[in-house]
This record gives sequence, structure tokens and C-alpha cells, in this order.
Amino acid sequence: MSKWVDTALCTAAFVMCAGPSFADAFGLGRPATPAEIAAWDIDIRPDGAGLPIGQGTAAEGEEVYSEQCAVCHGDFGEGIDRWPILVGGGDTLENDRPVKTIGSYWPYASTIWDYVHRAMPFGEAQSLEDDEVYAITAYLLYMNDILEDDEAVLSNETFSDIVMPNVDGFIEDGRVEIDGMKGVEPCMNDCTDGPVSVTMRARVLDVTPDAEN
Amino acid sequence: MANSDNPTLSRRAMLGGVAGSAALATVARANDPAITEMQEWTQYLGDGVDAAPYGVPSEYEADAVRRDVPWLTADPVSSVNFTPLHKLEGIITPNGLCFERHHGGVAQIDPAMHRLMINGLVDKPLVFTMEDIKRFPRENRIYFLECAANTGMEWRGAQLNGCQFTHGMVHCVMYTGVPLRYLLEEAGVKTNAKWIMPEGADASAMTRSIPLDKALDDCLIAFAMNGEALRPEQGYPLRIVVPGWEGNMWVKWLRRIEVGDEPWHHREETSKYTDLLEGGKARRFTWEMDVKSVITNPSPQAPITHEKGHTVLSGLAWSGRGNIKRVDVSIDGGRNWRPARIDGPSHDKALHRFYHEFDWDGSPLLLQSRAVDSEGWVQPTKDALRDVRGTESIYHNNSIQTWHVRKGGEVENVEVG
Repeated sequence: MSKWVDTALCTAAFVMCAGPSFADAFGLGRPATPAEIAAWDIDIRPDGAGLPIGQGTAAEGEEVYSEQCAVCHGDFGEGIDRWPILVGGGDTLENDRPVKTIGSYWPYASTIWDYVHRAMPFGEAQSLEDDEVYAITAYLLYMNDILEDDEAVLSNETFSDIVMPNVDGFIEDGRVEIDGMKGVEPCMNDCTDGPVSVTMRARVLDVTPDAEN
Repeated sequence: MANSDNPTLSRRAMLGGVAGSAALATVARANDPAITEMQEWTQYLGDGVDAAPYGVPSEYEADAVRRDVPWLTADPVSSVNFTPLHKLEGIITPNGLCFERHHGGVAQIDPAMHRLMINGLVDKPLVFTMEDIKRFPRENRIYFLECAANTGMEWRGAQLNGCQFTHGMVHCVMYTGVPLRYLLEEAGVKTNAKWIMPEGADASAMTRSIPLDKALDDCLIAFAMNGEALRPEQGYPLRIVVPGWEGNMWVKWLRRIEVGDEPWHHREETSKYTDLLEGGKARRFTWEMDVKSVITNPSPQAPITHEKGHTVLSGLAWSGRGNIKRVDVSIDGGRNWRPARIDGPSHDKALHRFYHEFDWDGSPLLLQSRAVDSEGWVQPTKDALRDVRGTESIYHNNSIQTWHVRKGGEVENVEVG
């Protein structure tokens, strides 16, 4: 019974209850072993936390990329069919048709390493060696003119030297302060300047599946 | 018009129509064979109880299915399909019709081999089996899940003819699961922890950063939906439920939760799910789903098939910030509005069903709906939203949808001005 009381109290003010004193509340689960944590804890952060020891160069990465990546992303990262474009797009984010790539949009190089390692190659995830991931990351940075030397060694020690072009391109959610869609009283009558007419039709594009149905 | 050769006369046409009720007794009408002829289902026995151990819908409902838009993505393994909103009633989405979004296909996981690990800034990294998780106290909660890219194809203008395609990346089910805070308490969260990162066991190993406050507030670790085990395409055997927040965060096939002091800035919260504004800056961590509504009937896939007269308009409204206080409906493209009638349960961060019944005079209509949530957020017009967001956000398009109903009842996705 007392456990239920504890749970209720700590639900209301969890922060005060957090910590060792509240561990073993239900006595469920078992400790994770170091080997188990190592097997699954693969995430990388912008500060380099999580990066394994290893290294690679863009020149080495080109070989792996050609074998493992180019079939979808293209020899030059241009993207085949609708697979993602990886290269280019610099200075297009203000354009009418921005091209968002690793080089033009991604704020952190750690995201490349993390994503390539956890989810690529598509259909054979987590099959690349750590050094291969460093090499592919270096090659992607090289193709995007972020690394200038294709023999430069990218490693867990040099990783923090990389500064992505769009690192300052992100701002926090401003929907409340800026967008002004809260607390306004909606208009109910005569809300437009005269009668409303159609200005655009989906039919013109005709991109709906099974449109004949 | 009433047609004496038509065996599918509506009740209204039978009672009224052009002839008028006064003529009812005198006008000769063909008898309805649905009544006068013996039907096979009346005469002969049907299937026994075990014909379908897991029941399926009537064969006459075969078009109530999820559909995809093939040109949207490179491969169906990393793609999306859409809930047939125009075929649904009430607020609960049947499990088999909940839209799908996968990044590495549907993982088929043996629950006996599934584990949930909690590690990082905790006193005691733990591993749970499915059996362990089901020994925690459970909660049942009804929540919508909306992909942040729902309606994303409509930023530049009317594009797809059907609410299934314009608004079908949303569903709403009752989840059964364990409050995430119980699991975190079990591991003992360290005082410097501020974030968690759920991770999937599928071939995309999906990850998102979620503030610890949200994790402790209302997140669930769910193993059931609408009374049965999660469907594989919805994360069987385990997913995280992040009420009101964009669907990408509701990591499926959940195998691990790491606790940390900073966000991870992984691919799905940098390259994707950030909202590019005019001027080249992008908003990040735009988690909450804005107040939104859509008329599901009539809509392009569900035209009006009856004559003028009493007409039922039906739709859905939802908000990631609370419940729906009010829905207004316009039949003249937003010039004049009338309050719609909300019917059925009203839960925070769940779909709401609304109706507007009116006497259609048979003339063309420009139908719109506009929702207001319990926090005072008002669904904006398309122009108002574009004024502040531009057209390259991809995500969080909650603007007011317009359907053009033609004289014959045919419906088209349009924009108005």
C-alpha cells in the first residue's frame, strides 16, 4: 500500500523524488551488463560523446562510398531518383526552391557519423566498420567542400574541428511569440472582402493516386 | 430527381422530392426489389463462427483501405501511407487503417526476444523484458498521432484530391501502456539529466531527443492499441507514446531509452523535422502539433450523392496542446461561419468528431472548418500561415482546408481568395 502512496506523491513532484531513494520502486527489470550497453549504446552527439576510437580519410571514403552508397545517392552525391541529395545546395536556403543537403543544411558533422553508422547502407544497417564510417563521413565532408584535403585524417580526436556551414541556421520554436495564432477571437460574419472565389484547383496538377476513382 | 425506375430511391425522395408529400398516395411507384424479392442472405445459411478467426470488414467496404502516394518517396520500405479519413466515423481509428510511416520497413519482432534498455544518466542501467513491463501499473489513454508532415504537400497550393492524402497522416487509438516515469524511476534518473532519447530496434534505429519533463509528464510505453497488441507496423511489441507531439517522436519497436544532459541532434531532428522559414533560418524542436481540423465528408473521395435537401457534414478536429473547444464551419469559403456540433468523447490530445447539418439548396459550396483549442489557439487560414512560415516548412501545416462542392455533388480540393 505504501508503494502506491509513494508513487502518487512522486508523480506529483517527481523531481524532488528523483534519484537513488526512489530506485527499486517496483523491483522490476535487471541490471544491464557493460557488454550489453556497449552493444546498443551507439549514439553520437555534437560534442563528440559516443564517438569510438577510429579514423579515415576522404580518399578512403570514396572507395567505400562508391561500393556502398553511390547506387542510391549517386557518384557525386546528387541523388538517384528520389533518394536524398547529399552534396551541394550552398546558399540556397533563402531561395524559392532550397536544396537541403549535408553541406547546405545539416548543423553538425556528428549527425552524419551517427546516421551512416546506425541506418546505412540502406538494407544493411550497422554493417560498416567504425573506420569505414569515419572515411565515408570524411568523403561526404570533402564532397561538400567542408574538408579541403582528401588525405586529411578524420578521427575521434579531430572530429571536433569540423564546423558545418549551417551550424547557426537553427532557431528555437517561435510559434507562440511570432506567429500570433493564439488568443484571437475568430470572425463569424462577413469575414472577407466580398464573396469568395476559387483561385487554385488540385485538378490542375492531377497528381492524386487513383484519380479516376 | 425522383426516378420511378431507380431501385435505390432515398427515403427523402420517396417522401418528398418534386412530387411533394401530398402526392405520395397517388403517384404510382415501382416496388423496391430489395424488399419485394427474396435475397440470398435471407434464404440461405451463412458462414459458421470460425469462417474468420480474426474478423475482417465486409467485402463491400473494400475501398476503406490505406493508400500511398507513390511519387512521394523513393522506396516503399521508407515511405508513408494514409488513413482513409473519409471512410471513418467517431474518433477511434481501426488498427488496420492507422497510417504507416517506416524508415526501414516493418520490423517483425519476436516479443520473447525483445528487450527495453534504459541507460545513460541513471543510477542503475536496466533491462526489461516484455513480461517485466507488463508488471508495472498500466494506463489507458486515447491520443491522436499526427505526422508533422501531414498536409505538407499543400504548402504551395492545392495538390491532392482527397482528405486521405491531404490529412490522412493522423490516427487516434486507445493505448494501453506503462507511464514512462515508472521505468525511469526504476533506473533512478540522475539530477543533471534533462533529455531522453528513445531508439528503435528496426533497420532505421530511429532516434529522437525528448525533454525529460515531457517524458515524466505524460509519455507512455505502450504495448497495446484499441484493446489488442500493437500491430507490427505500429511498433509491435513496444512503442513510446508522446501525446500531442509530432508522430516521428513516437519511436516504434522501442528497444532503448538513453538519459542525457543535452539533445543528440540526430538526423530526424536536424535534417528532418526542422521547419525552414523565409530568410533561410529553420526552427528546430517544434514538437507540439498545432490545432487543426478537416471536413472528411463531403470531400473529394466522398462526394455528395444525394439531391439537395438535408445534408450531413462531418469532420475531425484535434490539437496537440489540449482538447477542442469549438469548431466553426463555413459553406461560403470562409466569409460566414456557424458553430459545428462536437459529438462523442472530448479527450486532451485526441481526435474530436464534429457535425454540421444543413439544408443544401443544391448550389456550389466552398466548405471550410476552423478549430479552436482549449489553450486558445485558432486554426489559421492558408494565407495567414504562409505569411509567417513561407512555403518551405514542409512540417506543421495546420491551415484551413477548402473543398469545392459542385452542383452535382462532386468535390475538389481548392484554394480560395
